[in-house]
Amino acid sequence: MAAVQGGLVDADEDKDIKTEASNDSWGNNNANDGRLLSPSPGSSASAGSNKSAAGASEEQQTLLAVLQFLRKNKLTESVEILRREAGLPEDSLEPKGAESSGAGSGGASGGVDLEGGDASSLLSRVTASSTAGAQAPTKGPIQSAAWLTDKLSHHSASCPTAKLTHSAGEDQPDVNVVLSAYSQQGDPALYEVYYSGLKRFIESVLDCHRAELSQVFYPLFVHMYLELVYNNHESEAKAFFEKFSGDQECYYEDDLRVLSSLTKKEHMRGNETLLDFRTSKFVLRISRDSYQLLKRHLQERQNNQIWNIIQEHLYIDIFDGMPRSKSQIDAMSGSLAGEAKREANKAKVYYGLLKEPEIELPLDDEDEEAENEEGKPKKKKPKKDSLGSKSKKQDPNAPSQNRIPLPELKDSDKLDKIMYMKEATKRIRLGPDNLPSICFYSFLNAYQGLTAVDFTDDSSLIAGGFADSTVRVWSVTPKKLRKVKSAADLNLIDKESDDVLERIMDEKTASESKILCGHSGPVYGISFSPDRNYLLSSSEDGTVRLWSLQTFTCLVGYKGHNYPVWDTQFSPHGYYFVSGGHDRVARLWATDHYQPLRMFSGHLADVTCTRFHPNSNYVATGSSDRTIRLWDVLNGNCVRIFTGHKGPIHALAFSPNGKFLASGATDGRVLLWDIGHGLMVGELKGHTDTIYSLRFSRDGEILASGSMDNTVRLWDATKAFDDLETDDFTAATGHIHLQDNSQELLLGTYMTKSTPVIHLHFTRRNLLLAAGAYNP
Amino acid sequence: MAEERRQKQCSVILPTESMKAMAESVGVGQLQEESCVAISEEVSYRIKEIAQDALKFMHHGKRRKLTTSDIDNALKLKNVEPLYGFQSQEFIPFRFASGGGRELHFYEEREVDLSDIINTPLPRVPLDVSLKAPKEQQKAESTEPLKVAKPGQEEEAAIQGKSQGATAADGKGKEKGLIRLKPRSTHELSVEQQLYYKEITEACVGSCEAKRAEALQSIATDPGLYQMLPRFSTFISEGVRVNVVQNNLALLIYLMRMVKALMDNPTLYLEKYLHELIPAVVTCIVSKQLCLRPDVDNHWALRDFAARLMAQSCKTFSTTTNNIQSRITKTFTKSWLDDKTQWTTRYGCIAGLAELGPDVIKTLILPRLTVEGARIKAVMEGPVVSNIDKIGADHVQSLLLKHCASVIAKIRPQPDNVEQYRTDYGYLGPMLCSHVMKARTQAALQAQQVNRTTLTITQPRPTLSVSQSGLSGSTGPRTPSIIKVPSSLTLMSPRPGTPSQPSPPATKYIVMATSAGTATTQQVITLSSSQSASPVTSTVPSATSTLQPLVKLESGSGPGLTGSRPLQKYIVVSLPSSASSSLEPKSSVIPTSISSTSLEAGMKMERSESPGASTQSPH
Repeated sequence: MAAVQGGLVDADEDKDIKTEASNDSWGNNNANDGRLLSPSPGSSASAGSNKSAAGASEEQQTLLAVLQFLRKNKLTESVEILRREAGLPEDSLEPKGAESSGAGSGGASGGVDLEGGDASSLLSRVTASSTAGAQAPTKGPIQSAAWLTDKLSHHSASCPTAKLTHSAGEDQPDVNVVLSAYSQQGDPALYEVYYSGLKRFIESVLDCHRAELSQVFYPLFVHMYLELVYNNHESEAKAFFEKFSGDQECYYEDDLRVLSSLTKKEHMRGNETLLDFRTSKFVLRISRDSYQLLKRHLQERQNNQIWNIIQEHLYIDIFDGMPRSKSQIDAMSGSLAGEAKREANKAKVYYGLLKEPEIELPLDDEDEEAENEEGKPKKKKPKKDSLGSKSKKQDPNAPSQNRIPLPELKDSDKLDKIMYMKEATKRIRLGPDNLPSICFYSFLNAYQGLTAVDFTDDSSLIAGGFADSTVRVWSVTPKKLRKVKSAADLNLIDKESDDVLERIMDEKTASESKILCGHSGPVYGISFSPDRNYLLSSSEDGTVRLWSLQTFTCLVGYKGHNYPVWDTQFSPHGYYFVSGGHDRVARLWATDHYQPLRMFSGHLADVTCTRFHPNSNYVATGSSDRTIRLWDVLNGNCVRIFTGHKGPIHALAFSPNGKFLASGATDGRVLLWDIGHGLMVGELKGHTDTIYSLRFSRDGEILASGSMDNTVRLWDATKAFDDLETDDFTAATGHIHLQDNSQELLLGTYMTKSTPVIHLHFTRRNLLLAAGAYNP
Repeated sequence: MAEERRQKQCSVILPTESMKAMAESVGVGQLQEESCVAISEEVSYRIKEIAQDALKFMHHGKRRKLTTSDIDNALKLKNVEPLYGFQSQEFIPFRFASGGGRELHFYEEREVDLSDIINTPLPRVPLDVSLKAPKEQQKAESTEPLKVAKPGQEEEAAIQGKSQGATAADGKGKEKGLIRLKPRSTHELSVEQQLYYKEITEACVGSCEAKRAEALQSIATDPGLYQMLPRFSTFISEGVRVNVVQNNLALLIYLMRMVKALMDNPTLYLEKYLHELIPAVVTCIVSKQLCLRPDVDNHWALRDFAARLMAQSCKTFSTTTNNIQSRITKTFTKSWLDDKTQWTTRYGCIAGLAELGPDVIKTLILPRLTVEGARIKAVMEGPVVSNIDKIGADHVQSLLLKHCASVIAKIRPQPDNVEQYRTDYGYLGPMLCSHVMKARTQAALQAQQVNRTTLTITQPRPTLSVSQSGLSGSTGPRTPSIIKVPSSLTLMSPRPGTPSQPSPPATKYIVMATSAGTATTQQVITLSSSQSASPVTSTVPSATSTLQPLVKLESGSGPGLTGSRPLQKYIVVSLPSSASSSLEPKSSVIPTSISSTSLEAGMKMERSESPGASTQSPH
């Protein structure tokens, strides 16, 4: 593959500059924090100059900083003495510190969310009203370290050294810091009282507010439980859990199960779920009225316990307007960290398609003959025009052609494009009345070992990844798979001959299928390059391998993920590929670089599936934290966060026009997303088990979904997307109101006997191919 | 529910006994209770954690079952050495044991003798992964019921599977079937069978009547035809399809006779081929046109005959699962109720329904008599439309009169008032009245009403002579020519063992014993040999209309079957296993000789019996 000129990688300096630039854009706050990273008492004192520390006396801050330091060095006695002398309340140290760290992190992510400032000002107001003295958010070493964790989790894309931040065991100090936020002492017996008091209050408020305020229950419940556990109140924690876990929404069941097994402080170390909860703020979207109601209630009752949790661990995204209904809330919630902030989805996304390169279409022989009779110029012109007009019209939403450098088209690519266009003219127009035929490729004797399947774009090859670490490639056309001759034999052939490409192939190796061995663990992801020369496979062994389909050997093993790599995919333009795995990071690679070009970090759990946008400028990743994120390949920013799924996401598909995204999860639902507006626009219910494959037809009229429940379902995508494009209000407010029309959109359900559908593919003529392993 | 489950999840931890047992197994005795609790809590937590990670691997492995390798991978994820040696094929390799106050799950480890392993032959290499796609890509219709594989049709299925392709799901099943099952036998016909098949089919549709009779006889009796059954049934259904289009009445009749012969063969099981045969038969009943000249040709006889075949197959094969009878009834009724239906089809529908028995006549036909009468009247008395319509209406009328009269005679109390009939049944009323009266008198005369008009027996080969013991008093054998009964119609003395000539093997006779006040029963008597046959083999309760063939009744006074009842009549019916009731195109001659003799006997019987018997049994 040709190296990209002036690409993402060639300009390594560019990258650095970019990182810095983005740092700058985070504003003053960040620049200060950046200097704070060395955890020395001196620098912690200088943190006193933090601009957000409004109205704080320097003395007190210094005192607090010293206290922090002593405490950190286990000099509890001196802490006590100092504290008593200064007359500080007992609990002023910890919670305030934690709060400030929360504020710090809010500010840190301010580059992405503008609400950060608002939140911190709110915070200072509340602190001022609740406790006298020591209002100043202090920047001690603990806080900066805690903040570091936050920062890393949000922005490790720009700093590769942070990639192991979350791996348990290696970051023990950080975990301690993170957990120490829970070391708040309150009467454990009162937790139940607090919680049920709030429950009573929320049940008594007006209906319109109740649904919104009920969102608070789950994060509060989790944090209160964790606090109890952290402070070694095991029996209280258990009682608390048993009493209130039943009240939580059913879609949190999986998380509650994890939580229920966690009963000891020791368990909290290295527990990822817990870290997710602590390091990321649970985001709630609440209308201003409801929020005021809650705030007033908590202040009246002096319910500091709950108020502190809300301040520290929750991010409340306040909006003006009507409170949302229960169904609206349910549609969007379910993710590990609450809903996406509205600001997270405001960035401009260039979802349009790139201009197709102009290719002179040589007409095939029949046409040529016909033309000769009728007169050449007449026929050729209109044909060219029709092609030209299509590609010349620049989509206003499309990124510029060279936004990211793309490989030049080779002659063979051009030939392939021509083939594609020819096939496209024979394509069947699908619709509700004209459903595609489905051809099912079943893998026999796979013994439950088939883990991944991919088809080439022209449907000539099928590759399967297996649990026994092998990758197998089949030819589904009569053309057999042949290897290139060995170097010695290649020397013998006549390089000048016309059929040199034919001559380099070794006829003796022709067979219908080839086995590629090299991985040392189950192969979970597989992807053909668009030019059919390469195959990518990702495996449990933590590597992504690039295979040549000319020699059927492994060319490169890309190491970077230290944990299982769940998915990988080639860019539609080749050269780049993306991978995502258990380490919660998605990586962008180029085939000729052994190190990743970009690291997309931000998911709170495994990245389970990765997809390139048709214009190669964006990458979508689905995760077990039940969110979907869209990343900009150019700068590595997360430009969209979609929440709403209630289970790990296992399938993603972009519509051919690049405007929409479909996602399928273990909850058996397909959700449709408008990328431009950052909104959920549809919900397709029907499957009863995990959806492993989604695919739009070539023209985007039909969405096919394949599932573990042994069915392929076809959905009317045109109708699903048509209904909403008129609605501007939802786009402005971000409040979706989905009608339940799954049954109308469902065009067909096709059962297999006992074969889970794990891959779907539309041929260029819109025949639907499905694949799965027969499960006797 | 969810709540309860969650609470359970919360509290499940390993029992401390397990900890103790494990500690003992590694040599740590006397573990304190507190440490046991602490350890078990810790272990439970770690196990849950690992299980949760293992689930992740299961999901990504696209499986529903958690395997040991998932757990290994989860352990690897935590940088823990995986457990080796748990690659068990069994789902859960643990055994449960209790006793001594302890309940344990344990992994059974057997001592393995190395030499055993070395000496055992290597297991077969598992089949390699392969990729299959249906040859032709067809849409899998979820709503389409899965086809039931028909054991006799495999060879066809295999052939068709390739040419036509099956549904994706179906086709897949087939391919997979090939993997798991041993290859299905392809019922190849031997050369002899092929020759036989050729001969038989040619004879059945050929021009030589004698040959045809022989062929039908062979089909009806030969015990080894099972392998050829699919071919026969295809032959018939295809033949009907072609000849209906060509209006070839003769061939249709031949084919129906083949169906009849197949049904008569006791060694064949037609259930699996009804899907081919029934449409063919129904076509012959209700088709708009069956012959080239509908005004002249007697296609009515074919309809009657086919209707009887239909009725017979309904009786024999209808079950609660296939619902043949109700489906057929629905089909007939629907097209009968249609105003646009032609007279020919109308006739077929009525005949088909009527043959299904008096209950069907009572519930479906009688209520329609008025309407139908009006329709007939419109044709008969209205302006002359066409001759064909007139003939059709005429036939329908006589058909209705024939079938309804006997039923009405049974359900209507006397006296028969013409005016009353007119108000009840409209145009057909007066005629019905006279028919009913005739039926009553006839019933008074005899129990058996043989009014099948279309059957002629053309079997030229005399197979049995008849002895009439009770009636004429002469026990000597008579040649068939004397009583002018075609050979297949045999009159048997109730005494067994008296036929003077050996009968063909496995000829069935149904002896109907009717007595006053009791329901009719049929006794199927198979005479395997002429001398030592024991007559009573089985007793089949049956409605009487199944017995289309010829019937003869006798006064029974013989000691063999009469039992204690001195005045019992026996109706001896020859089930035409030897192609006895064959159908001759264009002939509707009733063998009068039988009726004359039998009627006499019947009259004698009835007079001596109570008159109520006549209404009980409409034979």
